[in-house]
Amino acid sequence: MTYLIQGDTGDWEVVIGLEVHAQVSSEAKLFSGSPTAFGAEPNTQVSLVDAAMPGMLPVINKFCVEQAVKTGLGLQAAINLHSVFERKNYFYADLPQGYQISQYQHPIVGEGTVILDMPDGTSREIGIERLHMEQDAGKSMHDQDPKRSFIDLNRAGVCLMEIVSKPDLRSPEEAGVFVRKLRSILRYLGTCDGNMEQGSMRADVNVSVRHPGETEYRTRAEIKNVNSVRFIMQAIEVEAARQVETWEAGDEVVQETRLFDPDRAETRSMRAKEFAHDYRYFPDPDLLPVDLDQAFVDGIAAALPELPDAKKERFIADFGLSAYDAGVLVADRETAAFFENVAEGRDAKQAANWLTTNLFGALNAAGKDIAESPVSAAQLGELLDLMADATISGRIAKDVFEEMFETSKDPGAIVEEKGLKQITDTGAIEAAVDQVINDNPGQADEVRGGNDKAIGWFVGQVMKATQGKANPQMVNQLLRDKLKG
Amino acid sequence: MAKLNDLTLAEARDGLAAGDFSAVELAEDCIAAMEAARDLNLFITETPEIARERAAQSDARRAAGGAHGAMDGIPIAVKDLFCTEGVLTTAASHILDGFHPPYESTVSQNLIDAGAVMLGKTNLDEFAMGSANMTSYYGPVKNPWVGAAGEDLVPGGSSGGSVAAVAANVCPGSTGTDTGGSIRQPASLCGVVGLKPTYGRCSRWGIVAFASSLDQAGPFARTVRDSAIMLKAMAGHDPKDSTSAPVEVPDFEAAITGDVKGLRVGIPKEYTLDGMPAEIQALWDRGAEWLKQQGAEIVPVSLPHTKYALPAYYIVAPAEASSNLARYDGVRYGLRVDGDSLDEMYENTRGAGFGAEVRRRVMIGTYVLSAGYYDAYYVKAQQVRTKILNEFKQTFADVDVLLTPTAPNAAFPIGAKMDDPVAMYLNDIFTVPANMAGLPGISVPAGLDADGLPLGLQIVAKPFDEETMFRAADALERAAEFTAKPKYLGGQGG
Amino acid sequence: MALDRDDVRKIAFLARIKVPDAELAPLADELNGIIGWVEQLSEVDTDGVEPMTSVTEMTLKSRDDAVSDAGYPDRVVRNAPDRAGDFYAVPKVVE
Repeated sequence: MTYLIQGDTGDWEVVIGLEVHAQVSSEAKLFSGSPTAFGAEPNTQVSLVDAAMPGMLPVINKFCVEQAVKTGLGLQAAINLHSVFERKNYFYADLPQGYQISQYQHPIVGEGTVILDMPDGTSREIGIERLHMEQDAGKSMHDQDPKRSFIDLNRAGVCLMEIVSKPDLRSPEEAGVFVRKLRSILRYLGTCDGNMEQGSMRADVNVSVRHPGETEYRTRAEIKNVNSVRFIMQAIEVEAARQVETWEAGDEVVQETRLFDPDRAETRSMRAKEFAHDYRYFPDPDLLPVDLDQAFVDGIAAALPELPDAKKERFIADFGLSAYDAGVLVADRETAAFFENVAEGRDAKQAANWLTTNLFGALNAAGKDIAESPVSAAQLGELLDLMADATISGRIAKDVFEEMFETSKDPGAIVEEKGLKQITDTGAIEAAVDQVINDNPGQADEVRGGNDKAIGWFVGQVMKATQGKANPQMVNQLLRDKLKG
Repeated sequence: MAKLNDLTLAEARDGLAAGDFSAVELAEDCIAAMEAARDLNLFITETPEIARERAAQSDARRAAGGAHGAMDGIPIAVKDLFCTEGVLTTAASHILDGFHPPYESTVSQNLIDAGAVMLGKTNLDEFAMGSANMTSYYGPVKNPWVGAAGEDLVPGGSSGGSVAAVAANVCPGSTGTDTGGSIRQPASLCGVVGLKPTYGRCSRWGIVAFASSLDQAGPFARTVRDSAIMLKAMAGHDPKDSTSAPVEVPDFEAAITGDVKGLRVGIPKEYTLDGMPAEIQALWDRGAEWLKQQGAEIVPVSLPHTKYALPAYYIVAPAEASSNLARYDGVRYGLRVDGDSLDEMYENTRGAGFGAEVRRRVMIGTYVLSAGYYDAYYVKAQQVRTKILNEFKQTFADVDVLLTPTAPNAAFPIGAKMDDPVAMYLNDIFTVPANMAGLPGISVPAGLDADGLPLGLQIVAKPFDEETMFRAADALERAAEFTAKPKYLGGQGG
Repeated sequence: MALDRDDVRKIAFLARIKVPDAELAPLADELNGIIGWVEQLSEVDTDGVEPMTSVTEMTLKSRDDAVSDAGYPDRVVRNAPDRAGDFYAVPKVVE
């Protein structure tokens, strides 16, 4: 579905590229031995290297290099065996060295691809321009003192992967799906926890607009540091609208950095001096180039886990799931694993249904994620088994599930405890059927006269009389035999 | 009786080992010499208490039979570019006012571990940027040698305080750093031995950075043997420095065999400069003759890109410096001059904190890295550097060492060459190529000029072949029989 | 190309070094002297020559991913010209 903004001069399309900063899940920082954990006391996770004391030098964390390569492989990207760390020079209070060590001309990962499954069932291929490694900056706090800003360097030097998409995205929704998909891939790989609330993942969003059919891109604005999927989508929406308005007023959009203010739902220009940005990149002389050998890369490739796209194909092929269900189930690594545990040796479609409707519904209502589910995969599997061997009916199963979700008890125990076993004894059911027919001679005559719909009413009455425990198929059969036989 | 501060390092070592005197006695004589030489402005910070404490510890170790080796109990001076834990470290810059590092540089720690006794932190050109020790925030250092008319001379730079302390017999050894000649050029101007090892031989961790791809620490001493002893204590692989070489440190002193028979000594013809004093050319020729007489083979060689090393250096070094010095921003240590905004605070702090030469180089470096100029200057200079390195590699396929003058002139009066930066830069014309190629080089005092001022000759060797460098330098030293002494000796001057 | 006062002002701002207006012109002269001198490098044919990235023939060394440092905020902020508790303090930044 094409996203177009209607303007006075015609339709406008939005061109979006994202630069996603994903924190590598490492214990220690990229170039120093200090920890990366979130939420520590100020400047307690800062070494002399991070504080840029005179004469301090960087030594690279090899785990971070591995994670970058692994991520590159997960993005089906080219791995550059030769890459170079450069210094990006600028002054800012939370940048202690006066430069950020980053990769510029020679990133560790080159072009790759991410496939988006759109909710309408279509899929989109989004190009990855590059992935490079860099240091995070510290944190400035501006609201603690009327005249001063406070600086905490705990984050300074944490390893980030900057993943740059090509300007292939065309709507806020696509941008949202892209970020979710990227996060899913990173989590499958285990290279980044994808936690946007804690800043482990955030994005700079490049937005421009143009009339459909224009072949050149127009000037773009960069919205810095947006930290949730919702905000990314909102920021694109309002920024695109602003640009359309600007162009249509006969003005020019200027290339600049903007900030998104979610409270006011607007973007605004960051004040910057005219020649403030000249980063003067050059290779960091404190480090040597990163030269990897192909065997190292092959080793990482061989150990790569199954990723969402492959898993989705397998779920469709092996389990006969719909593309939609498969897509929902693989979005999250834990969910996919949960599903596979439930589906193993059972009716996979039924397992998928129970997960996507009953379990997700209950989790959503409770505000929990799959890792916190009170019902384990084994327990849900057992519930499916109880239905399969006709110990309980589907209707009873729903009640049992509710009880399981509340108490985390095994379904067998609940069924036992509450006496919910289905009645399959023909005599007992026949007695109930006879009773209902006798009590309702008028309706019985209607059925006998050819009104088949009324049979359903009889089934309901029998189920009611047996507190839902009668086997519905048997009830149905007996009613037919007796009323129409 | 001669004062103990007059002893060479090897003599002091032997005396300590023989029990002729204690480390405390040795330290006391050096402390007295340091105090008597204050007129030379050698030290930014004197640390006599540390010296006494470490000397006493050394004596205690020795008494217990656990002396740490050749450097145990030897008093040294440390260039104030090495961060020393709890001791003011300034890089001779206003911008590091009051900075007491909470850490010790690897090289100075290695020396502590070897038992060396620190007398204090020596004066230098601000951030090691200079060739005359004229750019120090703490004022110029006087060369212990004086001019023919008795005028005060520069010691060379940037390691002016460290070189002059050794020349004036304040101590037998000191540390320096050499980015473009900052050890070898002052060694030549002060009549001592100074050497820059191979890039990667000494750790740069904890040394205030000037130009990361060029900076190397090295020793000053009065003899080749002394400098070999001291380098061994300073050098070694450091996992904290990504550019530190994971190679064993050989016993450099043992490499001094006295035998240079068959050694192939290259004489690069491009080191003959127009307008170079005839006595420097004559000394160079004499040096070649001395080596030849001892059985070495003299080989004329050509290094045509040598003349471009200095201009390329003045792109690469300022570029790296402009970035390395960005951390002096008034936030975490040192000087802050307030301003109404963060940017104003930066500009005020750095405007007031940096002296004229540092300011010039930071701005040159900023310019050559800036958009539109990067390829024309920085990339070009690094390409030229590749050519220089390749040229050295080819030459060293044929010869073992190179012999050149160390500096194009002897010590000059304080205040001279100050109005023309480029004239000052030319002091390093013979020393810079070794930095650009990462090669080890040593300056050996080899003679006096007409005014009675010392001149040095330089031996440059292959990477990590300091042993051959020492062997050749020793041969030069023995032949030169350099015994002249400066006017100010042990702080006593006529 | 010769630098003028405005170029010098721009470079000085990039380097965050305050240069009083009166010093801009003399500084431009000094810088032009140095730049003019280094421009002799243009004589060198560098076609196809790799710019040097490392003078040593070494491979990059690396560390294991283990926490081995930090946990000493006092050492980190001890030398700061201005601080608030264990934070560094700077003139207020308006974003």
